Amino acid sequence: MNTFNLLVVVCLAYALLLFAVAALTEQAARRGKLRWARSPLIYTLSLSIYCTAWTFYGAVGYAARSGLEFMTIYVGPTLVIIGWWWLLRKLVRIGRMQRITSIADLISARFGKSNGLAIGVTILAVVGTTPYIALQLQSVTLSFDAFALSQERSGFGASAFWVAFGLAFFTIIFGTRNLDVNERHHGVIIAIAIEAVVKLIALLAVGGFVVWGLSDGVDDILARIDSSPIAHWDVRPGRWSALIFLSAAAFLCLPRMFQVLVVENSDERHLRTASWAFPGYLILISLFVLPIAVVGLDRLPAESNPDLFVLTLPLAAGQDGLAILAFLGGFSSATSMVVVASLALATMVSNHIVMPIYLRMISGSGASVSGDVRDVVLFARRFSVAAVVMLGYLYYSLSGGGTALAAIGLVSFVGIAQVLPVLIGGLFWRAATRIGALAGLSLGFVIWGYSFFLPSFGPDVVFSSQVLLEGPFGIQALRPQALFGITGLDPLVHAVVWSISLNTLAFVVGSLMTFPTPIERLQGAQFVNVFDHSAGPRAWTAASAQSEDLMIMAQRILGPKQALSLFHNEVREQTGRPGRPGDLPVPTPEFVGKLERELSGSVGAATAHAMVSQIVGGSSISVQELMAVADETAQIIEYSDRLAMQSRELEKTAAELRTANSKLTKLSVQKDAFLSQISHELRTPMTSIRAFAEILRDGGDLEPHDTARYASIIHDESIRLTRLLDDLLDLTVLENGQVNLNIRRGMLNEALEQAVITAASGEDGHRIKVRRDANSEAVELSTDFDRLAQVFINLISNARKYCDARVPELTVAVQAEEDTVTLDFYDNGTGIAPEARDLIFEKFARMNTQRAGGAGLGLSICRQIMMRLGGDIRFIASDSGAHFRVRLPKDGQTA
Amino acid sequence: MGKRVLVIEDEPNISEAVSFFLSRDGWNVFTHSKGNDALETVAHRAPDVLILDVMLPGRSGMEILRDLRADSRWQKLPVIMLTARGHSRDRAEAEAAGASKFMTKPFSNAEILEAVRALAPQ
Amino acid sequence: MSLPNPRFLQRQTYRRRRRADAARILPTLGLALMLVPLLLQTSTNATLDVPAARTSMVALFVFAVLAGLSVVSFFLARAMARDEKEGPANLATSLQERETDI
Repeated sequence: MNTFNLLVVVCLAYALLLFAVAALTEQAARRGKLRWARSPLIYTLSLSIYCTAWTFYGAVGYAARSGLEFMTIYVGPTLVIIGWWWLLRKLVRIGRMQRITSIADLISARFGKSNGLAIGVTILAVVGTTPYIALQLQSVTLSFDAFALSQERSGFGASAFWVAFGLAFFTIIFGTRNLDVNERHHGVIIAIAIEAVVKLIALLAVGGFVVWGLSDGVDDILARIDSSPIAHWDVRPGRWSALIFLSAAAFLCLPRMFQVLVVENSDERHLRTASWAFPGYLILISLFVLPIAVVGLDRLPAESNPDLFVLTLPLAAGQDGLAILAFLGGFSSATSMVVVASLALATMVSNHIVMPIYLRMISGSGASVSGDVRDVVLFARRFSVAAVVMLGYLYYSLSGGGTALAAIGLVSFVGIAQVLPVLIGGLFWRAATRIGALAGLSLGFVIWGYSFFLPSFGPDVVFSSQVLLEGPFGIQALRPQALFGITGLDPLVHAVVWSISLNTLAFVVGSLMTFPTPIERLQGAQFVNVFDHSAGPRAWTAASAQSEDLMIMAQRILGPKQALSLFHNEVREQTGRPGRPGDLPVPTPEFVGKLERELSGSVGAATAHAMVSQIVGGSSISVQELMAVADETAQIIEYSDRLAMQSRELEKTAAELRTANSKLTKLSVQKDAFLSQISHELRTPMTSIRAFAEILRDGGDLEPHDTARYASIIHDESIRLTRLLDDLLDLTVLENGQVNLNIRRGMLNEALEQAVITAASGEDGHRIKVRRDANSEAVELSTDFDRLAQVFINLISNARKYCDARVPELTVAVQAEEDTVTLDFYDNGTGIAPEARDLIFEKFARMNTQRAGGAGLGLSICRQIMMRLGGDIRFIASDSGAHFRVRLPKDGQTA
Repeated sequence: MGKRVLVIEDEPNISEAVSFFLSRDGWNVFTHSKGNDALETVAHRAPDVLILDVMLPGRSGMEILRDLRADSRWQKLPVIMLTARGHSRDRAEAEAAGASKFMTKPFSNAEILEAVRALAPQ
Repeated sequence: MSLPNPRFLQRQTYRRRRRADAARILPTLGLALMLVPLLLQTSTNATLDVPAARTSMVALFVFAVLAGLSVVSFFLARAMARDEKEGPANLATSLQERETDI
């Protein structure tokens, strides 16, 4: 078997091995045994897809042509990863919080879930990655040819197609086997980790062979470098710095790098290990590039392709085994890149281009989306993978594989670096807006395409050499590689400087001139302050915690108690037994609907729907983010509640003030009225007394019976005055609470008896019959009997005075209850006029001035007494006679 | 025949006292105790002097006075207002309403007599 | 672990924050060192007094810097991992994070 056939066999065996490893890993993942597959080491090794066939073959060619400049390609990523604390940590955290699936998804999510931006980034990524995939295919083909040439056989063309086909097949099998919510692919990652080891070993083996086999160790190599064409330090500062920047940007923005760095990251802490291990890997993989280049330049014919020194040196030295290992290393580099890149691109293409179109098409046809769209998504993924790989193959066949590998790689780098300003701005600048991002990306993309991508095909392919030299239509300022008339820049530096600076400028100015939408604001806050909103480092958990998430959210919004009872009730309904602590209901559509209604009571229907569907629908917003929204809402509610409470309190205070004021006014009016009443009540009898006293004093012709009569008037009015003064004093004492009650035990009927006798002995008023029931009156009480009798006397004498029936009759009915006694006094007169009823207990309110014997304070006094005795007296409205009800406790205490 | 005095006063003892000493002085005294039909009584008795209490059942003396003054027949009728309330406000109100004289109870009989004589010279 | 001495805790927190500072400064330092080769004399403007730098020497320098960065990063990462195991992990980080977000 010749070497070429052996190569094919080894190649196929290696591919089979990778398939097997991927399959086993997937199997283990399904059984949940994935601890080893999620180790920091695997994560670090997966990052090595940064080192593609370009690194493997192209770096040596680069070194042979331009000396140490190739190192910049490793310096950028090293700086980024040792600065993980500053940037990558944030990126990974956001990726987890927002369930980011790709770089396009990240940019879209940051700027208010704008699908327009996502499409833009996707297109940029596809255009930028296609040459890169072509580069991988080319390197594999070239490496095949290196063997074929040595065996006088040509495998050009066919091998590239079969490699492309095989890669697409592998990616479809392991990358789109199923839909993972987090877009993680354990099988693929493990395969890539293996390939990372293979390519490192291969390069180290070739390097070791070159240094210790073909040369005499390190010192000899250093001497060989010093005597080689690249011995002299010939740095181009512009390119050196631009390349460091570019490689750093590419490390962050390349879709495949984003995939392994962020999307496939299972634990934030893995970054810590990668922060030193990945630079170590890069050092090892770049360590022998310069020696290989120098020895290749020295030993191989001048016309040989320096890009293939890694292969051709062992071959020329007759080390076929080492050559096959080197080939496997290059093969690994190429395949792992293509697999991950096509996977990442397929995710972007299917999520942001194919699915939106598909959904619009079916909703446009009037039918609602029914059933599972998973199959559609999977098909879109598989189709996208195949399309992306085939696009790379097409680019490769059309470009003819002529250009140096490094140049193609750089075109991609500059293209994808256009995402960097928007990415960094989105992560650290809250005011960045969608319009700004669109403006920056578009401008950067256009400048890159015009000044670097299209000219990279060479003169007279897209741009004629005339356009390149003199600008389109002879406009010097628009020369693709000397924009604005600035010449003398390296095309790469020229493209980087103009595209990135104008991109950034457009992004910043666009952001400053536009206003973010609410969701942009929200997302901006979520991104920039991601560490405020999220928990500490934590491994990914399975997406099965829906009920728990719902519970947490419900607690935040409804309060723990209500949420708990809601969930427990649901558990009871679902299982038929009472829910225990920790039991969670199955999130059935009914339950979710119920919960949503419940929540909408607190936060409004739209918000509730959004929140619930975010959790249940498993879309890209994280629960933690929802929590942040809920917290904000709660704070707003609380704040407005507090405001409302404050204004309510103010209103209450004002009302109280108004009440107090009107009370005071009323009191003052009452006091005035009271004083003027007292004045009236006092002056009236005094007037009579004085008038008759003067008549008597003046003497004259008075009849004897007149004299006697006038004297008796004076006497009566004096008594009236005295009684008034007594009542006033009495009332004052009662009202001020200065009264001393003489509480003793006694019988109710005795008090009534005494009252009837006293009232009947009064001079004014009619005779009145008082009807009583001796049995019911036999109640033993503990109260002030003198005061109680005073009330009864008042009521009886009022009846005597005012009852206008022909045969006046007063009934006293007693009803004893457990603690209280109720006495009803009602007569058979016409009663009290409705308009007067409200006033009868007021001071000086007399039913009828003409017939008033008292001062009009009687009922006021009665009311005060009853209050003191712990009871009350009320007027009972009725159609017939006046009806008063007295209630008092059996065991009276001083009120 | 002496001139006529009408006493509108709800307290019977007071009207009795007033009518006693006015009659003894030669006046023709009529008494009335309610406020609501006071105007008709005035029209009926056509007094030369009116003694009017402020606080009357039915209608206040102030209102009666205002109504009298509004009637051309009684615009010049001398009216002595009596009140038992001690407000200076009442005095001002009575004078504004057109009272000829305002007296606070308790008054001296001589005062009333004098006032009546002054207002209606015999 | 029994109740930690508050002063010790404070010092621990302080040291964690300085470590985070170091993690932040490291890439800047690396970039500065990586730009040093730009200052070296190139073959195009080499003079007799100052001959052009040799590629081999620059390569040794670049690899030395990269290795140094890697080693420092290793020790920083190890210290951070220890911090996380020892105490309340989020104390230092959350403080640090607040600082940056201002």
